[in-house]
Amino acid sequence: MNAIKTKLPPMGTLGPFIALLCACAFFASQSDRFLTLQNFSLILQQVMVVGTIAIGQTLIILTAGIDLSCGMIMALGSIVMTKMAADFGLSAPVAITLGIAVTTLFGLANGLLVTKAKLPPFIVTLGMLNIAFAITQLYSGSQTVTDVSAGMTWLGNSFRIGQTNILYGVVLMLALYLITWLFLRETAPGRHIYAVGNSPEASRLTGISTDKVLLGVYALAGVFYGIASLLSVARIGAGDPNAGQTENLDAITAVVLGGTSLFGGRGIIIGTLIGALIVGVFRNGLTLMGVSSVYQILVTGILVILAVLTDQMSRKGVR
Amino acid sequence: MSIDTNAPLVMKATGLTKRYGQVTALDGADFELRAGEIMAVIGDNGAGKSSLIKCLSGATIPDEGEIFLDGKVIHFKSPIDARRAGIETVYQDLAVAPAMTIAENLFLGREIRRPGVLGSVFQMIDKKKMLEESISRMNDLKVGIRSMTQAVETLSGGQRQCVAVARAAAFAQHVVIMDEPTAALGVKEGNMVLELIRRVRDKGLPVILISHNMPHVFEIADRIHIARLGKRAAVVNPKKISMSDTVAVMTGAKSVEELPPEVLA
Repeated sequence: MNAIKTKLPPMGTLGPFIALLCACAFFASQSDRFLTLQNFSLILQQVMVVGTIAIGQTLIILTAGIDLSCGMIMALGSIVMTKMAADFGLSAPVAITLGIAVTTLFGLANGLLVTKAKLPPFIVTLGMLNIAFAITQLYSGSQTVTDVSAGMTWLGNSFRIGQTNILYGVVLMLALYLITWLFLRETAPGRHIYAVGNSPEASRLTGISTDKVLLGVYALAGVFYGIASLLSVARIGAGDPNAGQTENLDAITAVVLGGTSLFGGRGIIIGTLIGALIVGVFRNGLTLMGVSSVYQILVTGILVILAVLTDQMSRKGVR
Repeated sequence: MSIDTNAPLVMKATGLTKRYGQVTALDGADFELRAGEIMAVIGDNGAGKSSLIKCLSGATIPDEGEIFLDGKVIHFKSPIDARRAGIETVYQDLAVAPAMTIAENLFLGREIRRPGVLGSVFQMIDKKKMLEESISRMNDLKVGIRSMTQAVETLSGGQRQCVAVARAAAFAQHVVIMDEPTAALGVKEGNMVLELIRRVRDKGLPVILISHNMPHVFEIADRIHIARLGKRAAVVNPKKISMSDTVAVMTGAKSVEELPPEVLA
């Protein structure tokens, strides 16, 4: 067992990647519209918001935490930036900064409750899910903000490579994955995130401030949710108070499908991108096959449980 | 190794007292550690053994008494202070991050940064240098683990503890404290760790070894500190005293006065 484990590349990315290829092969056999560059471009557009949220979610899950409020904080951010700009005539950069500041503060609040009040992340973020949702509805009056300046939807524009449209937002998302990958792999704070998720006790004993790491991770996740807010505004062309509801759980699904362990300390960020793509491919492929959206939800539910099951079983193999 | 009474004192504590409410855990305990020795600390449950070690490693602050390191008074407020002063502690429960590599575990919390801006501003770590250093340090201590890039969880319990001991030895400037390092291990694995502790001492680092395991203590200790009722009952020479007499002093069945003077150290 050990001999095999050391020879294989880390299952973290290989398993999800094979699953993605299988899903693509299946949908290609079911619909001749699936395997086109234009369709892949569309899938990327569809996963750009959830993919960005999932980066923050990955960081949190790596510390053995979870964030159930991610999608709602994202929705709040998109309402804050669009409404601030519409109500007070703020310029796009100022309004965007304010929106990201609010999502960061919400992330930080989650982090403070987890570290200082020592509450379980599950409960803290479950509470924050409702708080962020309610504030979003109250502040927006449950109205979509449609008065959005071009400066705020710029990331929704596209450029062409050959016949394929590529959104600037998709490029931003991919760049964020690359930066986070480098951060987690090559920097001391990045490695400390793994260490804290792996063994908080060992981290503390070696002098790593676990509280600082956790606070940083929750706040940083808030920054990613804020960027996702901007991408959401760019994609929809409006501030939608009801955004983020599918993304909330899809982000966790993407992380788990991507091979990051819910027990913390194991996982590779690129796996999350693959996980997000798996979710996107299933949604897109099933739509092309004409399967109703209820079945799509059913399929994603089954996928998550399968992914957690694999995680659990591979853990047992190690011990 | 015969006891060198002229070796300088590395660590010394006098009159350490620690009370928890009504309970007096330490009642004016003294302690001495000389350069280049393995000093075992033994004692029954409640004898003040772990309170003593906690004071020395910075985990608790004594109510009274003083601790000297290389002749200077020190006041540790946390284990981090003790670490900064060059005292490393190895714990019984294998304080390693299982999914991370051996090299990463050796440098956990003290990663070598890349030179220049990459290291100082971007906090990037120098993996190559960490790997080279890990190999040389593990070779120094003759720990026979082939690859420093394998995850610690692929190692046996004894090998994991060797990683923890090697980490402490690599960073300690003055003292290594080992709290029951073999308690969680089997016989063969335990011996592997004992062998390593001896090599740490032979490299010149004094070791404080807390253990319940009398055969282990008698196998490697140069001197034995017997804690009893919150005080130091005696310091004995394991080469001269029998195991049963040691246990008798530890449990109070025999008083120190009943021992022949040559067994004291």
